[in-house]
Amino acid sequence: MPASLAASPVRPRGGLLAATLPAGIFLVLTLLPVVTSVTGSTYLISLGSRVMIFAIAAVALDLLVGYAALISFGHAAFIGLGAYAVGILSAYGFTDALVSLPVALAVSAAYAFLTGLVCLRTKGVYFIMITLAFGQMAFFTASSLAPFGGDDGLTIAARNTLAGFPVLRNERAFYYIVFFCLLSTYLFCRALVASRFGRVVRGAKENPVRVSTLGFDVYRFQLATYVIAGALAGLSGFLLANAAEFVSPAYMSWQRSGELIVMVLLGGLASLDGAVIGTAAYLLTEEWLSAFTENWKVIFGPVLVLIVLFARGGLLGLTSALARRFMRA
Amino acid sequence: MVQILNGLQFGVLLFLIAAGLTLVFGVMDFINLAHGVQYMLGAYLGVAFYALTGSFLAALVLALAATLTFGLLLEFVVFRHLYDRDHLDHVIATFGIILFLNHGVKLVWGAAPLSLPMPELFSGSVKLTEGLLYPVWRLVVIASGLAIATMLYVLVAHTRTGMLVRAGATNAAMVSALGVNIRRLFTIVFGFGAMLAGFAGIMIAPILSVEPGMGDTVLILAFVVIVIGGIGSIRGAFLAALLIGIVDTLGRSFSVDILRLAMGPSAARTVGPAIASMLIYLLMAVVLYVRPTGLFPAKGR
Repeated sequence: MPASLAASPVRPRGGLLAATLPAGIFLVLTLLPVVTSVTGSTYLISLGSRVMIFAIAAVALDLLVGYAALISFGHAAFIGLGAYAVGILSAYGFTDALVSLPVALAVSAAYAFLTGLVCLRTKGVYFIMITLAFGQMAFFTASSLAPFGGDDGLTIAARNTLAGFPVLRNERAFYYIVFFCLLSTYLFCRALVASRFGRVVRGAKENPVRVSTLGFDVYRFQLATYVIAGALAGLSGFLLANAAEFVSPAYMSWQRSGELIVMVLLGGLASLDGAVIGTAAYLLTEEWLSAFTENWKVIFGPVLVLIVLFARGGLLGLTSALARRFMRA
Repeated sequence: MVQILNGLQFGVLLFLIAAGLTLVFGVMDFINLAHGVQYMLGAYLGVAFYALTGSFLAALVLALAATLTFGLLLEFVVFRHLYDRDHLDHVIATFGIILFLNHGVKLVWGAAPLSLPMPELFSGSVKLTEGLLYPVWRLVVIASGLAIATMLYVLVAHTRTGMLVRAGATNAAMVSALGVNIRRLFTIVFGFGAMLAGFAGIMIAPILSVEPGMGDTVLILAFVVIVIGGIGSIRGAFLAALLIGIVDTLGRSFSVDILRLAMGPSAARTVGPAIASMLIYLLMAVVLYVRPTGLFPAKGR
């Protein structure tokens, strides 16, 4: 396989330095509401929540794309399923997170399991295309759900309660709940990648034949990874539906799946920090550029092409390359 | 009957797009998500040139030339540098081009759908049987698609370039080692594929509305087609395109009626469209489950 983004993961630098980056990220995220309490605007807080919600999905996607080399182009479908679980349940009066969160996770995990059974039989291009097709399947199903808004989407009357308490309805409390979810997801994935399970998955990325010769059933390990990533995206969908108080098929559109891949790639593949940074970079760029023009993607599209052509390894790769050059000089 | 013809017309359209895609995929191992926007661009350029010249034929020729040029330009500026990279890079770079063109088109022509008037000669309807009228233009689309399919078959199966394309799809490195300028072959194939997509865009413009994002849905269907047909296989793409076209169209028109036999009318009206839009993806899942490399894989792996 030619050298490329997928084959050149950003290596976590050793020791203390390796811990500073994620610690820095999460410190900034912890302090953000404190800073904004000075200015008194909730805009930054809801923007921060949004970034973290997508970061959860991006971290999950990084498990697939970065660590397992499974390029899933239907990741947004799992977000959508999680979101629709919240929407449909609350339409029937189940408005507590203790009900809707497990359902959201279970639904997306189940969809990941069923589609994964088929998808993982295929390799390479076929895998990309079949995940895309299953994503579209979910998208069209949601669009034709006439009782639940169809194309127009479904408005949720109010955010979920948590064991009866309306904590999710306070922007700041909601922010910290999202923060907690992101932190848990991050630590979970970090542990997963470092575990024996993670080593098998990463080994299968480098050389599936050798790993199966060692006696591991690669298919089952990949399926498990796929289901975990799907369930985590479902968590992101659960939070997204609560943040927006609205669900729509657009959550599952293939452009959204593409954007998620871009987020992961932007930060740097196979480094969970990269997924978080990339998501923040993407969404903040969106926020910034869309202030100038509604068609900000006209600018962003070519930037993306330039990144692929010239900045392999994403933002993290770029900064470490710059740092190396700086050290040498 | 009418629905079968509609399905055929849709299938032919899909084939025009999928043919270019499958060649680019098969020969260069390159995932070109931007293929759909080339189709969209074809439709837009058709509208623009029609406004300039007032003649459909002139618009067709000019737009074809323009899409060909644009395809070659894209290949030269961006894609050429990506052939050695892996699929993820292809996906991201072409995704960037989609974003650019979808929104660029919006900036230039506005977000409102445009339409291209049918050429007058073909704007009528033809009586198929008693009480059954069918628009001539759709028949023209079917005929031109079949003509192009035949032409492609002759080109690929009986000319020297076609032989190289087939050889390239099987083993590009070997063809290159035998002294063929594989890069130039790539450029030709790419430009040709872009032109076919553009052609599809222009031909369909009088039937559908021309709008930003029109390429995206078709792109995904075209991917379903080439994945079912087997990547790199023109024959597979042709058969799969017709299959998908007919299954999708029939599914959409009859699913509600069929389901009504099994459940109440209101339930059928809800479930029907959902099943109809899932049908082709289910078909694809089944095909890939049974044959993970499609029906007619070009590479003998």
